[in-house]
Amino acid sequence: MSIWPEERVHALADDGFETVDMTINVGPQHPATHGVFRMVLTVDGEKVVDCEPYIGYLHRGLEKLTENHDYRQAMGWWDRTDYLAGMACEMAYCMAVEKLGNISVPLRAEYIRVMMVELSRILSHFMFFGAFGADVGSFGTSFIYGWRERERIYDFFEEVAGDRMFPTYFRPGGVQMDLPENYQDRVRWLLGSIRQGLEDFDGLLVGNEIFVERCRGLSPVTPEQAIAWGLTGPCLRATGFKFDLRKDEPYSVYPNLKFDIPTGANGDVFDRFMVRMAEAWQSTLIVEQCLDALSQMEGELVLNPDLPKTLRIDSGECYVRTEGTKGEYGVYALAKGGNKPYRMKLRSPSFCNLSALREMVIGTYVADAIIILGSLDIVLGEVDK
Amino acid sequence: MLFADPLFGLPTWIDAIIRIVIVVLVMTVFVIYSTYGERKLVARFQQRLGPMRTGPWGLWQGFADAIKLVGKEDIRPKNADRWVFELAPYATFIPVLLTLMVLPFAENWGVRNLALGVFFVFAVLGLNIVGILMAGLGSGNKYALLGAVRAAAQMISYEIPLVVSLLCVVMITGADTGNGVGTLNLNTIAALQEDRPYILLQPLAFLIFFTAMLSELHRAPFDIPVAESEIVGGYFVEYSGIRWSMFQLTEYASMWGFAVFGSVVFLGGWAWPFGVDSHWALQLATTFTKALAIVIVIIWIRTTVPRLRIDQLMNFSWKVLLELSFLQLIVNGIILYYDWPQEILALTSAVGAGFLIFLIIRHASARSTKGLLGTYRTLGASSS
Repeated sequence: MSIWPEERVHALADDGFETVDMTINVGPQHPATHGVFRMVLTVDGEKVVDCEPYIGYLHRGLEKLTENHDYRQAMGWWDRTDYLAGMACEMAYCMAVEKLGNISVPLRAEYIRVMMVELSRILSHFMFFGAFGADVGSFGTSFIYGWRERERIYDFFEEVAGDRMFPTYFRPGGVQMDLPENYQDRVRWLLGSIRQGLEDFDGLLVGNEIFVERCRGLSPVTPEQAIAWGLTGPCLRATGFKFDLRKDEPYSVYPNLKFDIPTGANGDVFDRFMVRMAEAWQSTLIVEQCLDALSQMEGELVLNPDLPKTLRIDSGECYVRTEGTKGEYGVYALAKGGNKPYRMKLRSPSFCNLSALREMVIGTYVADAIIILGSLDIVLGEVDK
Repeated sequence: MLFADPLFGLPTWIDAIIRIVIVVLVMTVFVIYSTYGERKLVARFQQRLGPMRTGPWGLWQGFADAIKLVGKEDIRPKNADRWVFELAPYATFIPVLLTLMVLPFAENWGVRNLALGVFFVFAVLGLNIVGILMAGLGSGNKYALLGAVRAAAQMISYEIPLVVSLLCVVMITGADTGNGVGTLNLNTIAALQEDRPYILLQPLAFLIFFTAMLSELHRAPFDIPVAESEIVGGYFVEYSGIRWSMFQLTEYASMWGFAVFGSVVFLGGWAWPFGVDSHWALQLATTFTKALAIVIVIIWIRTTVPRLRIDQLMNFSWKVLLELSFLQLIVNGIILYYDWPQEILALTSAVGAGFLIFLIIRHASARSTKGLLGTYRTLGASSS
């Protein structure tokens, strides 16, 4: 009986004891992998010596599927990349198609889009707070706390678009339909509850000594390292490097909105958590401004009325990048005529962030490896496409 | 005095068997209802309802679970070492069962009233780890192995502060008995607290005991050996059906065992506040109310705090708890030697307890106004 198939035996010089590096398989079915991610840890006792990530368990051939669908049909697939914030992905996809086909978007639709994207960002970050708390070991309490606000936002999405997780609400040239009548009150109430939820997380996790001790100083990343590894989003901003496409390469109506980009200082796990907390709070401020702007333009068009029934784009090539919930969410699109794109490529932030995992976890403890993985906030739909 | 002498004048061994059966049956019902109670309580902490469908307020949930577990297939992995694997649940359970044998639930209510009760509890409870190691090694699973080794390391670290904190109490009983000799008899320790529970004299020892107890029970924040988000259950990851439920039984039985033990040693057991002459039913109720309070605090902690890392756990034990417990022992010795009043005993220990609490919460300053969230709560925090 041997439970060490690939054993590596080190003979110690003095006492003659032999120690064996053990490989532990974490995933694809494991509570800490946030989906179907698999990593093989080589551990020396509790210390991680090596880490080998395996991905692809959720591969659905998104890019190929897009090539085989009408421009409007394909959008349903893009919801399912970052499935924790479907609308943020729709935004990038629609922007790419609009850029290809030179389609203009009504202003009201832009504000609605930004509002929905920021609500999606909150949705995604709340999932992170909850799941990360569970990774650190707070027995599901933080998880449920995260779900409370998520459910309320989902309820609003359902009212708006008819679906909760995969709304498919955006259209090239606008959004599917206008917001429901009572949306102003609904969203303002939502914002209050979101802020309360953030306060709750602040008390439950950040106010906890053990949580701070576990996270602070763990896997510090310098801005140089982060850029070399291609980290984007909160993981990059936690290092203190201020890079946010909403500010640095503004798109949609973001130039009209006032908000700050939170940055950390050490790039450690704790900063990654706190940056997301601050970011979620800033998102509530953005949504508030969107609501104010929307109230000024009630009844205006939300979808470009000049579009043909079937969208045909002769030729063109573009790369559109947006600040997704996890980082730079880029879409490369190439059209060669017809009603389908010739090629579409997704630059998914989770995938690039995940590639830094090995460097981050080596030398830490097994328990740390789990929370470092959690702190990257990957979503497997986006990694495996 | 109902249980002081053999029941109905029966021979001693028959009397012992009857008592053991009663304790085991009562314990089983307690375990079934404490799983239900824990689920309900945790649900409330998490803004849920908990089990609601099986019977009124889900009251039959525990029994439904028990029946389900018995009916499940008992799987033994191919890699497992057969006898080690199959005997491990019993090797874990029996020590816990044995500790229940000496606990006084009311005056002289217990299976046996041993003169060395405290000593016996720890002598037997230390054997618990053998079963856990058997489970970890016998399963042929790396998660289980990691969990078992973690459990062993943790148990070695926390047994010492635990025992020393109890020694502090045993020292004080020496002053109370009048003859200068302390007692290890749990029944006597409870009776000596008729006027005031020992937690008032030894708050530091109680804190250390409580912390070490959480660790011994593998409860949060010390649930490292069973860490669900890392090693998915630890040493019992390969067990299923009835053998798995043996581990659950052990966990809850030892939780109640420790709770009753703590209430007897520190909270006055059956004697305080109603005195040693109160009715036995009142004494029973007193003991279990105190034990229930401890159990609820354990569950409360479980739902709110994250898990420590293994090296932080070791540091806390060897660098903080061990020193403080020995310091308490020495200070107690000095005070008792010079026969100073017990108020000084309480004062010094309270200072120590305050110091321990300060050590635990000293870093929790990252919250709210000082943190990033506080900075970015309004617009215009950064220059951009």
